[in-house]
Amino acid sequence: MKIFVLIKQVAAQGSVVKIDGDGRWVEETNLVFTANESDNYALEEALLMKEAHGGEVVVCTLGPERARQVVKDALAKGADRAIFFRDDQFADLDSNALGEVFARILREEEFDLILSGLQADDTGEAELGPILAQKLNLPHVTMVVETELPDGVIKVKQELEGGWFRFVEADLPALLTIQSGINQPRYASLKGIMAMKKKEIREITMADLGITAAELSAMQSITRLYIPEKIKETTFIEGSAEEIATKLVDVLSNEAKVI
Amino acid sequence: MGDRSFRIRGVDYADLSTLLSDEEILIQHTAREFVAGEVLPIINGHHRHETFPGELIPRLGEMGFLGATIPAEFGGAELGAVAYGLLNQELERGDSGLRSFVSVQTALCMFPIFTYGSEEQKQRWLPAMSRGEAIGCFGLTEPDVGSNPKALKTRAVRTTDGWRLTGTKMWITNGSIADLAIVWARDEQDQIRGFIVEKDFNGFSAPLMKGKFSLRASVTSELVLDGVVVPDANVLPGAVGLSAPLSCLTQARYSIAWGVIGAAMACYESSLKYASERIQFGKPIASFQLTQEKLVWMLTEITKAQLLAHQLGRLKEQGQLRFQQVSLAKRNNVWMARECARLARELHGANGIIDEYPVMRHLMNLEAVLTYEGTHEMHTLIIGEDITGIGAFD
Ligand SMILES: Cc1cc2nc3c(=O)[nH]c(=O)nc-3n(C[C@H](O)[C@H](O)[C@H](O)COP(=O)(O)OP(=O)(O)OC[C@H]3O[C@@H](n4cnc5c(N)ncnc54)[C@H](O)[C@@H]3O)c2cc1C
Repeated sequence: MKIFVLIKQVAAQGSVVKIDGDGRWVEETNLVFTANESDNYALEEALLMKEAHGGEVVVCTLGPERARQVVKDALAKGADRAIFFRDDQFADLDSNALGEVFARILREEEFDLILSGLQADDTGEAELGPILAQKLNLPHVTMVVETELPDGVIKVKQELEGGWFRFVEADLPALLTIQSGINQPRYASLKGIMAMKKKEIREITMADLGITAAELSAMQSITRLYIPEKIKETTFIEGSAEEIATKLVDVLSNEAKVI
Repeated sequence: MGDRSFRIRGVDYADLSTLLSDEEILIQHTAREFVAGEVLPIINGHHRHETFPGELIPRLGEMGFLGATIPAEFGGAELGAVAYGLLNQELERGDSGLRSFVSVQTALCMFPIFTYGSEEQKQRWLPAMSRGEAIGCFGLTEPDVGSNPKALKTRAVRTTDGWRLTGTKMWITNGSIADLAIVWARDEQDQIRGFIVEKDFNGFSAPLMKGKFSLRASVTSELVLDGVVVPDANVLPGAVGLSAPLSCLTQARYSIAWGVIGAAMACYESSLKYASERIQFGKPIASFQLTQEKLVWMLTEITKAQLLAHQLGRLKEQGQLRFQQVSLAKRNNVWMARECARLARELHGANGIIDEYPVMRHLMNLEAVLTYEGTHEMHTLIIGEDITGIGAFD
């Protein structure tokens, strides 16, 4: 099993974000960055597959210098080597262009699986996986919550809307986007961190791709980013205990749709 | 060395991260994540019930947190002193009891076996201890012997094929859960020697001490040595004289000097958040100058303590660290953490005394940390003697 895992570095959950001067991204200076949540699950799934079937796990990250942290973290957790797309010219690419960048390098490699998280927590697009699959002409399954690897194929359980699931089988090589919660991601052990020092991180720049920044021009861009304004609305339900209970159930099931 | 974007988590006002390697920063991250995921969710329950979270022991072993500084051939991760310091900081950010467990296992038990033990002793104990399969405790203090270990009374009498130990130890961390006790006793020539006493040796027992208001999530015990026969194979051959146990204490004090920074960080982080969220007089209490002064005091003292600990770590890595410098850091950093905890307690108002917030637990813990491994006063006297040349102990 040779498995590539795409890992993005994003602002940690719970960060207090401020919109930057441009109004098109957030101020990054005081943010804590970490690996995207569902990507952690993708990495763990790959490591579990490697532990069960042997092989190699390669982590692929695109981002600014600070993203080296998630690369090293993945190596410390047990990935064997890394490909780090590290070039300022990669900033501001849209999903389609990102897909092209990854595809250029992955076409040179042999692999059985590419795993990514379901979506990046910062942009929330959930596009890169399917786009990359398309460019590499691979079968893909999104929102994967279970995997199984019988000979030569991958069997997965896919989450659908409204509590439905379906079981999908795909030929290898294939691309899966992994849903959070599929497994229990490990911590990097101290020995893993010490071993990380000796692992290879291959750095890729625009020049390595045989492509120019112009050819990757974005087909979509962020025009404005804003924090939703809070509108507070408190509804008081009045009446006897029984009436309140009936109305509350009605509100929860029909308006809030939580029960 | 790392660049500015690769940072330790939490308080780093002086950009200490720029002085740390990527590995050191990752070790801080992984320890912080471990504590957030495995320790913080369960620590209050253990604190309330005065129990040690024993369920964490195998996990600590898997993570490599036990004996992290010793060579890989004995199960260690070969951490440098700064990385080991950061690990202790993060563990104590969880709870001083957890850090105490790891310090005792690593600095007070694995260190003497590694430094003074025979090859067989190292092979037998160290790998198992690094996995958490064998737990150690360190018995120096006695009912009548605290700050002055020179006066220790536990006797070791030579027999034909070993030693017979008689005496009582008190305040021994991990005692009742330990598989082995490193016991310090006086022989017939008045020499202090170190022994590995195994839990099932005849005449050995380790009753639990209950009713602590501090380090409640840590096991503290008496060790009763009622004519315990210890075979020659269990004597630490290199440990003769008081300098042997004192060298272990220097290791443990070093880990405390870092550890308490974590407790202080927990108090500061909780305070900063609380002060921004708690509204009184129509605004966050962080708007008041008196509150800001508390926060700034904590931040300043934490930052100074970090820099001191870091410098000591680099000295230790170069083999240049003097025990008096460790006393300086233990004394200052524990005091600073205790003051931070006290200020944090005030700042949280009534919420400062309930265990929904970590502050009171840390404040209570730090009372014991101030006393053990050399009281605040003893460290004053150690440094005092160093700078004046005049010992003021007796
Ligand atoms: C929770 C906990 C865990 C512990 N774990 C261990 C362990 O694992 N192993 C172990 O061996 N010990 C352990 N100890 C014991 C600890 O190291 C001792 O409590 C400490 O050394 C102080 O000794 P004492 O309590 O007897 O105080 P004492 O020595 O009686 O001191 C009482 C007070 O007098 C002061 N004092 C004493 N002499 C002087 C002097 N010459 N000048 C000025 N002031 C002086 C002290 O500073 C202190 O304020 C632990 C203690 C606690 C509370």
